[in-house]
Amino acid sequence: MKSSTKEERRLQILSGALKLFAQKGFHATTIPDIARHIGMSVGNFYNYFPSKEILAQEILRYISAYLGKRIRKINESALSSREKIRGIVETYFETAQNEPEMIDFFLRVYLSNREVFGEGCEGMICVNEFVTEIMIFFDDGVARGELKNQDFFSAFGLFMGYLGGMVFLAGESILPKPMEAYIDDISMNIYNALKVA
Amino acid sequence: MMRLLWLSALACNGNAHALLNYPGFKVWQKEFEWLYHPLLPSEYSFKEVEKGMAEGCDVLLVDGTLEEGYVKYRRPYMELLEHYGKQAHHIVTVGTCATFGGIFAQGGKGRSGLHFRGDERLDIFKNFWQKSISLPGCPVQPEVLAGTLSLLKRKTDIPLDPLRRPKYYYAYTVHDGCIRNEYFEYKIDEHRFGRLEGCMFYDHGCQGTYTHGSCNKILWNGLGSKTRNGQPCMGCTEPDFPKENLWQTPKHMGIPARMPLGVPRRAYLSLAGIAKAFRIERFYTPLMKEE
Ligand code: SF4
Ligand code: SF4
Repeated sequence: MKSSTKEERRLQILSGALKLFAQKGFHATTIPDIARHIGMSVGNFYNYFPSKEILAQEILRYISAYLGKRIRKINESALSSREKIRGIVETYFETAQNEPEMIDFFLRVYLSNREVFGEGCEGMICVNEFVTEIMIFFDDGVARGELKNQDFFSAFGLFMGYLGGMVFLAGESILPKPMEAYIDDISMNIYNALKVA
Repeated sequence: MMRLLWLSALACNGNAHALLNYPGFKVWQKEFEWLYHPLLPSEYSFKEVEKGMAEGCDVLLVDGTLEEGYVKYRRPYMELLEHYGKQAHHIVTVGTCATFGGIFAQGGKGRSGLHFRGDERLDIFKNFWQKSISLPGCPVQPEVLAGTLSLLKRKTDIPLDPLRRPKYYYAYTVHDGCIRNEYFEYKIDEHRFGRLEGCMFYDHGCQGTYTHGSCNKILWNGLGSKTRNGQPCMGCTEPDFPKENLWQTPKHMGIPARMPLGVPRRAYLSLAGIAKAFRIERFYTPLMKEE
């Protein structure tokens, strides 16, 4: 079998580690655990990532890029702000369904282990791609007269907090219906909160 | 000697005063002769100019906003322009009013610059287009006016932009050379009028990043500029001057509605997000400790 390229190997580590972090939590997962899980030596692992913190930051960038790319497609489409909101909600839930570790990492590792994301991930550096697309979405919506011109973080918090909350509830099996069943209502609620009066 | 004729329409005399304050004026003026200027010793009186007697003008300087039907003393101003414009080798619109309409164009109908109403190109003097040069500014920077005339005198070829502004002076933006550039890069807007810290792009309406002009490259009278002294650039060299709400930056959910010249929005936002993440202490410490 042809050995995989360095970049492929890197991605294998990222997604392998992502799974383990989601299962066992960030602190309980060790580098030997990750190396074993992927089938490489601990020594070789360090050729890719110098520490668990750097690995975690890379994972965060990877997820941010993944979501950012999808939202960028929506931003570049001819949809109205209202339809775009639906698109973003759908994308987020779809990701939570198909790549649950990603959203989990966001909610459980990134948001609750802030010390890991200090140096190197200051401010929004590691989630830049994702946040930039959300900014573009808001900016376009206001420029087109569809969304209310308000403080960025009030809008951002409303949007992301809502989605994060729903995925969290779904993850805890508290929601009575599958997540897709809520897409229409949630999109409408977000739209109503953001649209011009 | 190069012979100059200065004709004002609706104007505040600001351009004439700016020229009088040109630090090199004494030396500069030795090479020029005024057929007529409203404030300087001239060969002809305005009455003679009005009768068409000021013959042999090399450069016609047009100052102030043009207005349909405007009569200067006894003669329609447009007729005067036709008369002297035809014989002049060059026509220079001095200041934003004569170039794009400027402030006075806000106050009445049928008002414009010589070739433009805002950025709309007009046809009234289209036969003058090829020999016209635009020197907008409110007022024009004296160095720009004196310098352009000196270049014309030396028969230097002057490259122009599509609004016929000399590139030597207007290819730059006011942002070029602004001493607040580092604050711009790290997205710090802590500006207070007259203070030396902070960039004025984010909250205080500075238009330096999309205004063509030399204000921070050639300092006013060799001394300063608006942004150097703590006031936002108002974009006075551009066709859309004057704007409303000059000291506010229009924003969409905190994002500046207008990007610096030629900068794509997505790229800007992405870079801004990264730049903002740094908190560089030296930018937050007052430059003058005793403040
Ligand atoms: S104050 Fe204006 S000209 Fe100066 S750096 Fe900021 S945007 Fe540019
Ligand atoms: S700084 Fe701006 S507003 Fe001031 S004179 Fe220069 S171009 Fe005009």
